[in-house]
Amino acid sequence: MPDPPAKPKVALYWCASCGGCEEAVVDLAEGVLSVLNAVDIVFWPVAMDFKRRDVEALADGAIRAALLNGAIRTSEQEEMARLLRRKSQVVVAFGACAQLGGVPSLANQFDREQILDYIYAQSPTVVNDQGARPVSAYREGDRVATLPEFWRTTRALDQVIEVDYYVPGCPPTPKLLGQALATLLSDELPPKGTVLAPDTALCEECPRKDSKPEDLSVKTFKRPHLTPMDAALCFLAQGIVCMGPATRSGCEGLCIQGAMPCTGCFGPTSRVRDQGAKALSALASSVEGKEDREIESALAGIPDPVGTFYRYGLAKSLLRGKVGHLCSDRPESIKTGSMESRL
Amino acid sequence: MGLAKGSPRTGFYICHCGTNIADTVDVDAVRRHAEELPGVVVSCDYKYMCSDPGQELIIQDIKEHRLERVVVAACSPLLHEATFRGAVERGGLNPFLFHMVNIREQDAWVHEDRAQATRKARDLIRAAIRRVAYHRPLERMRVGVNPNTLIIGGGIAGINAALNLSMAGKRVYLVEREPTIGGHMAKYDKTFPTLDCAACILTPKMSAVRDSRNIVLWTYSEVEKIDGYIGNFRVQVRRKPRYVDEETCVGCMQCVDACIYKDARFPSEFELGLKKRKPVYMPFPQAVPPVVAIDPKTCLHFKTGKCKEPCKEACARDSIRFDQREVVEEIEVGQIIVATGFQTFDPARLPQYGYGEFPNVYTSLEIERLVNASGPTGGQVLLRNGQVPQSVGILHCVGSRDENTNRWCSTVCCMTALKLAHLVKEHTGATVYSFYIDMRCTGKGYEEFYDRMMREGVQFVRGRVGEVRDWEMAPEEEGKLVLRVEDTLAGFVRRIPVDLVILAVGMEPRADAEAVQRMLHISRSNDGFFLERHPKLAPVETTTDGVYLAGCCQGPKDIPSAVAQGSAAAAHVLAMISKGHIELEPNTVAVLDDCSGCKTCIPLCPYHALTLNEESKKAQVNLALCKGCGTCAAACPSGSITQNLFEDEQIDAEIEETLAHV
Repeated sequence: MPDPPAKPKVALYWCASCGGCEEAVVDLAEGVLSVLNAVDIVFWPVAMDFKRRDVEALADGAIRAALLNGAIRTSEQEEMARLLRRKSQVVVAFGACAQLGGVPSLANQFDREQILDYIYAQSPTVVNDQGARPVSAYREGDRVATLPEFWRTTRALDQVIEVDYYVPGCPPTPKLLGQALATLLSDELPPKGTVLAPDTALCEECPRKDSKPEDLSVKTFKRPHLTPMDAALCFLAQGIVCMGPATRSGCEGLCIQGAMPCTGCFGPTSRVRDQGAKALSALASSVEGKEDREIESALAGIPDPVGTFYRYGLAKSLLRGKVGHLCSDRPESIKTGSMESRL
Repeated sequence: MGLAKGSPRTGFYICHCGTNIADTVDVDAVRRHAEELPGVVVSCDYKYMCSDPGQELIIQDIKEHRLERVVVAACSPLLHEATFRGAVERGGLNPFLFHMVNIREQDAWVHEDRAQATRKARDLIRAAIRRVAYHRPLERMRVGVNPNTLIIGGGIAGINAALNLSMAGKRVYLVEREPTIGGHMAKYDKTFPTLDCAACILTPKMSAVRDSRNIVLWTYSEVEKIDGYIGNFRVQVRRKPRYVDEETCVGCMQCVDACIYKDARFPSEFELGLKKRKPVYMPFPQAVPPVVAIDPKTCLHFKTGKCKEPCKEACARDSIRFDQREVVEEIEVGQIIVATGFQTFDPARLPQYGYGEFPNVYTSLEIERLVNASGPTGGQVLLRNGQVPQSVGILHCVGSRDENTNRWCSTVCCMTALKLAHLVKEHTGATVYSFYIDMRCTGKGYEEFYDRMMREGVQFVRGRVGEVRDWEMAPEEEGKLVLRVEDTLAGFVRRIPVDLVILAVGMEPRADAEAVQRMLHISRSNDGFFLERHPKLAPVETTTDGVYLAGCCQGPKDIPSAVAQGSAAAAHVLAMISKGHIELEPNTVAVLDDCSGCKTCIPLCPYHALTLNEESKKAQVNLALCKGCGTCAAACPSGSITQNLFEDEQIDAEIEETLAHV
């Protein structure tokens, strides 16, 4: 008796992420049922009891699409990424961390020792009288307990494996996820490398677009939690940093509708190589003062420029992180553009 | 010679520039290096690439080797980019499939170490050969030129430019703020150094303007708004009501005689307040147009509404129009000549000279009126009490060459002061003292005029006058103005009593120069005068194409220079009109459809080429205005502006290759 026509196999996995991208799947609400009807989920550790060996048992290329969220920080994440790459026809970097490095890649400003020092000693809430530190293997008697290696840097997914498509967002909206699944299951796949979202900046769909003046002439930058805000006026016109002009649209201005400025989670448009640099250069052009003193006082309103302009994209930026520690002891086979590899 | 898959067939040429490059750069080594690069099918060096045989090499190779790209390593693109683009074009290739590498100014001339300079040349040409692969064919855009011209300012510079253009049969709109054209020159008595009468040489020109069918003369009018770009400007001119019909008034002055005010009692602007006029007046008898004007601030009709209006009755041609309203005219012109002139320095800013405090302290311009036969005193130089002065002191450099006021030399005041010394002496027989710092008499016949003044007995004292006071310290100072001055040739401080003091005031930019600058998008130099495009080689053009400068709005100058500059500006205008179109370099930007309409770029464009399309809510670029500076492309936060010849992949390729061995 012939097998019934097999449903396409789909895998979902998370790496260095907060779990928000998994929530995005759940946010499909009842829509998730039609997804489950259409596909055969073969791996989804957050929701279903499959093991790594179940994936290993599949033939190479058996999975139609693997959706990976989260950045790559540990050896285990890298191994899983490589495994899923091998088993899948299409790999999707799902969410800002997989696409651009995300918030976890802000850690690229510090080297591994600095991070471990802080987490295991200096952080005010830490109690660690023994001065314990994680080790990759711990032997007690004849038993060995292991932990994944903590790599020196955080990488976006395509800096580790080949990625076919990207779904942006922190997290991606259910609407984008639904569209992405529909696209992936269709017969006509978009060109490899496509970001499955519109390619214009957020201003295009911003409800406050018309209130943005032509000439911003920003005198001082203000922080949203420290200043009363006009509910209808463009954030930039209020001196509040909004990444909207430098950020891909597709979220339908969710944060703006929630009375908060865009922080840039959808990443740059396809035409921009470095979102933070572009945002910075646009904003710098809009500062009114031309004297050092005026510029300094304007910039005082942006106490954390990296966290502001590279919140979701430090790993994929031209900077990649703090100069000086990136070049040494890097895990092998980092796949990057030629220019980035030289920097 | 390897031809990598996908690399376009490229010809590389390196110039020795005689020994300019070859002395410092191993030209042959660079040529051999290029030979090995992907896509290079011809690599060649030549003594002078810019010469005809050099260009011929390129032309031949394009045909023979079916070249798809050309790279020339030579001097600055500023010098010869156009030359080589021309050669590439004559070879049958789009001229923009070419890139030039500067290995002279940026390499050979700034280095001494031959090995290092050669290595730098290698890096630079490698980058260029990589980059040029990403070039795309581009087309130059042509824009038509409207043959009409706007001239702002009806002084001698503007008048002369207008007459030149009119002679060529071109239409001119001459806009003048005052009720008459003529400018400062109309106020002068004689002109230096020939002492011919200013009015005698100016008024025929003014009449010619009036009579020209090609000149539309709008006096008592101001340019309010200018949009557009070279060849296609749209201009709004506000014409103030003069309450007199310009078409019918013939300047018979019947209305002035009939005015309800029997005596003239309001200060005449033209006579600098030295004479009074009525509310209805003619600025001066030779005014052009010869049409009276009514000043609503003093006219009884406007002030109280209770005038019997005898002027209206007296006018046989029914030209008085109390109901006249301000009119805004809209015109289209191709080019603009700015000839807005200067203002004289206000010596009240230097209280030590007592201007406004002592009635017998005058400015040089006021004395011009007094010595003028048609002036307020009929040509008599008199003290305010009606007496003839026995002694006169003329102070040079008032508001010039002074850190506290204006630093620049106003260039004409020495000669003006000498001329006035002569005229005052002639009219009064007074002893004339001339106080100067340096005597600057640099024009044709100017030094000779100075010699003549020395022979005529003008007393020259080298020194800047410290103060003008009326405190007497000796009997001969009684009732006089005393000038305290360090005579730097004699080496002591002198007190010189005189009856009359003349302040040779300097020239300043007009008070509203900044507004005019903004309207025209031109620049000003530190002194506030409008800035020419190049101090030596483009003294009439501005940084805005199609806008030219003439006369003292660009800086102090004498009449012959102002006239020459007016003619030069007219020549530029005519050249462009004859050509009939403007060819625009295609190194412009393009706004992609992906623009989100964030407007970041719009205020940044120094040429005002970017605007927001109200319909699409996206930025749009006016290619005729875009100069390809790249400011917007760099600032566009969504990468939706690209710039021809500076596209990201071109620049990336260039940077990568330049740094490949770092």
